[in-house]
Amino acid sequence: MSTTTQTIDGPKRSIWDGGQSPFKASYGKLMMWFFLLSDAFTFSALLITYGMVRSAHKAYPGDMADFTFSNEYWPVPEKVFNAVPFLHGYDLPLVFVGIMTFILIMSSVTMVLGVEAGHRMDRKAVEKWMLWTIIGGLVFLGCQAWEWTHYIVGTDSGTAMKFLVNGSWVEKTIFGANLSVNQYGPTDFADFFFFITGFHGTHVFSGVVLNFLIYYNTIKGVYDKRGSYEMVEKVGLYWHFVDLVWVFVFTFFYLV
Amino acid sequence: MATADIHITEGGHDHDHDHHGNFWTTYVFSTDHKMIAKQYLLTGIFWALIGGTLSVIFRLQLGFPDADISWLEPLLGKWITEQGKLDPEFYLALVTMHGTIMVFFVLTAGLSGTFSNFLIPLQIGARDMASGFMNMLSYWAFFLSSVVMFISLFIETGPASGGWVIYPPLSALPQAVSGSGLGMTLWLVAMALFIVSQLLGGVNYIATVINMRTHGMSFSKLPLTIWAFFLTAVIGLLSFPVLLSAALLLIFDRSFGTSFYLSDIYIGGEALPNQGGSPVLFQHLFWFLGHPEVYIVLLPALGITSEVVATNSRKPIFGYKAMVGSMLFIAILSFVVWAHHMFVSGMNPFLGSVFMLLTLIIAVPSAVKVFNYLTTLWRGNLRFTPAMLFAIGLVSFFISGGLTGIFLGNSAIDIQLHDTYFVVAHFHLVMGSASFFGMMCGIYHWFPKMFGRMMDNRLGYIHFWLTFAGVYMVFFPMHYIGIAGYPRRYYSFTNFDTLNSFSDLNMFVSIAAIITFSAQVIFIFNFFHSIWRGRKATANPWESNTLEWTTPVVPGHGNWPGEIPKVYRWPYDYSKPGSKEDFIPQHIPFSMTPESNLPHENEMIKLEKEEGVNVVVVDDRKGH
Repeated sequence: MSTTTQTIDGPKRSIWDGGQSPFKASYGKLMMWFFLLSDAFTFSALLITYGMVRSAHKAYPGDMADFTFSNEYWPVPEKVFNAVPFLHGYDLPLVFVGIMTFILIMSSVTMVLGVEAGHRMDRKAVEKWMLWTIIGGLVFLGCQAWEWTHYIVGTDSGTAMKFLVNGSWVEKTIFGANLSVNQYGPTDFADFFFFITGFHGTHVFSGVVLNFLIYYNTIKGVYDKRGSYEMVEKVGLYWHFVDLVWVFVFTFFYLV
Repeated sequence: MATADIHITEGGHDHDHDHHGNFWTTYVFSTDHKMIAKQYLLTGIFWALIGGTLSVIFRLQLGFPDADISWLEPLLGKWITEQGKLDPEFYLALVTMHGTIMVFFVLTAGLSGTFSNFLIPLQIGARDMASGFMNMLSYWAFFLSSVVMFISLFIETGPASGGWVIYPPLSALPQAVSGSGLGMTLWLVAMALFIVSQLLGGVNYIATVINMRTHGMSFSKLPLTIWAFFLTAVIGLLSFPVLLSAALLLIFDRSFGTSFYLSDIYIGGEALPNQGGSPVLFQHLFWFLGHPEVYIVLLPALGITSEVVATNSRKPIFGYKAMVGSMLFIAILSFVVWAHHMFVSGMNPFLGSVFMLLTLIIAVPSAVKVFNYLTTLWRGNLRFTPAMLFAIGLVSFFISGGLTGIFLGNSAIDIQLHDTYFVVAHFHLVMGSASFFGMMCGIYHWFPKMFGRMMDNRLGYIHFWLTFAGVYMVFFPMHYIGIAGYPRRYYSFTNFDTLNSFSDLNMFVSIAAIITFSAQVIFIFNFFHSIWRGRKATANPWESNTLEWTTPVVPGHGNWPGEIPKVYRWPYDYSKPGSKEDFIPQHIPFSMTPESNLPHENEMIKLEKEEGVNVVVVDDRKGH
């Protein structure tokens, strides 16, 4: 120890010497960061699992113009997610999910503005921006509900698929998808779609609940009394994380 | 610095008066880290007894396959067949639940839950955990998880029986084995709650260690226990969520008809509709938690041992920085070796060789730790307290179990030894018994701080020697049994001609297991008797340096009645040349020990003086 202490402890004081927070952050904020790190591993596990299963399936071999749904190969996402409400029958690849993504990212922007207003202790502005963030989250969830419904109901004509049932091939026309059957491609495509977007949607939902609690507390003047709007910041971290995760889900599910 | 000092002083003043609560707030819904630690400890002991009992029951079957055990009927009911034998499916459930309980409920929650909670605030000089409320939630999530798991032991279809690793498709299909019905569902629910508890606890430990160290307690002055708990919490925080993902996907496969892990399965000649999943995927996800879990179990035990060995050798721990460095290295490596559990799963041999290399590298930091323990012991003034004996026992198990790890880490040898009793012997020594001894070591060592009384030494010695000899008698013969090819998790070997050469050895192992388990009664008696009747402890019975021994005999709420002590030196100033006493606690400034200071420590006195001025200012204000 005799020689080592000189280099470590030196004659100077360091911010890591105790009695203060080395990151200048409250324990609550640290906890949120570490929770998010942990949650990132949850989502990573799911997305890697998705990647593994997807790479174990055949990709669509033919020309994009001739694409049809089949359980023989993994579908092309642009062909699956091409519907937009009130525009039935048009082929609008990834337009609707693009709108959803835009809404969620905008709600992150309003969250930033809310946090900034919190730093200024401007209650009215925090209320305004929190409300916009909540609305953004709810609209996103609504869009997801529509997308799920559309996905479950299926296309007008369905897909004729062949299944091996006890040694003999049976042909059935499948409409839509659920967890055990899928007109757009292999069952696993639907399984992962429902599971991962659902898991993310659950996060968005709990984020909306948290945002609402913050909004309510702000109206009640809890943070003014406490003299700090740090709670807005902590929940803001969570909200940004949920957005960030969506960017990855969007990339892996819809783009790649 | 002055402002920070004042802040601390005022904070301390708030806590000067004791908080008095009723029975419920003091003992049940407590937010005090010491009470939560005791709750974890008692729950852990309870589970250890259950887990041990299960192992004795299946050892009866393995050691005495022809015996009539209908006398167990009052306990096991219809799990005893009409011929007076153990039901084969229940045997699988016993093995599964023994593993689950010991790994998660005893050695994760019981060990790190107890000592992280108890020691982190006390040793870093904090009033309590960062969030006492979350800490309480963490325990109660664990308690709920325990209740669910406990209930699963008693249901009609039996508890989970797919092995503690719950590989699908066995665990995914209720048709496969009766334990994969409701028992497996309860297992998954319990583990989900358990993971929640771990995450709540983990973020708390990490935030506490980072933010709430007292003045002077830099990371380079942290006791090795705290380093170990800190890294354990980080590992848990990053690996348990992956198990959560794996478990959620499994829940969907089981209950909602998805095929994440299922493909091409025939049951009773009929094909299941599930297509496209991969059971090996589950193994990857599971072992991404499963291997770090080994170190979640082991690191706290190693940290406790470091502390106890240094204290009772009356010597500084040898190679403090090497100890920290090797723990860090182990923590990092623990995330990149998981596939060595899967050498026979059909993975690419090249991938296997990569994982083999990474696995064998773990031998380096592990050996560094072992040699540091030995060199700390070397020529020390050893005080053989029961805690010290258990610490030395841990080192012994860590060596003998670690050596076989080098065998098993080699993918070529592992193909021969995989899923035999050799593996069982290996991990029970290096991880199971070593961590169990770490836990015992911690209980004997910190019992005086927990309950204000001493445990009986004589009973401690008897307990140690019976357990130490017993563990070797149980697990050493298993190496031979394993090399002879006995596969683990088999109900009986009597039907295989090649596998009846070691029936006598199996009988020996079973008898040794029963003796070892019975020896724990001595501990249980000692523990509970000493809580009420033990000799009264002094504030620092082991003449130790760390901060928890500067508290009153039984620290109250807030731990220190006055100001939190400041820290000036590392925790291992034992037998320092020139010093009158053979230990100098961390809160003694260098200015008070001119006779033993090294040259650079004399320079530190200047810094201490700067602070001293501020302390006077603070005291003046208090005087007004």
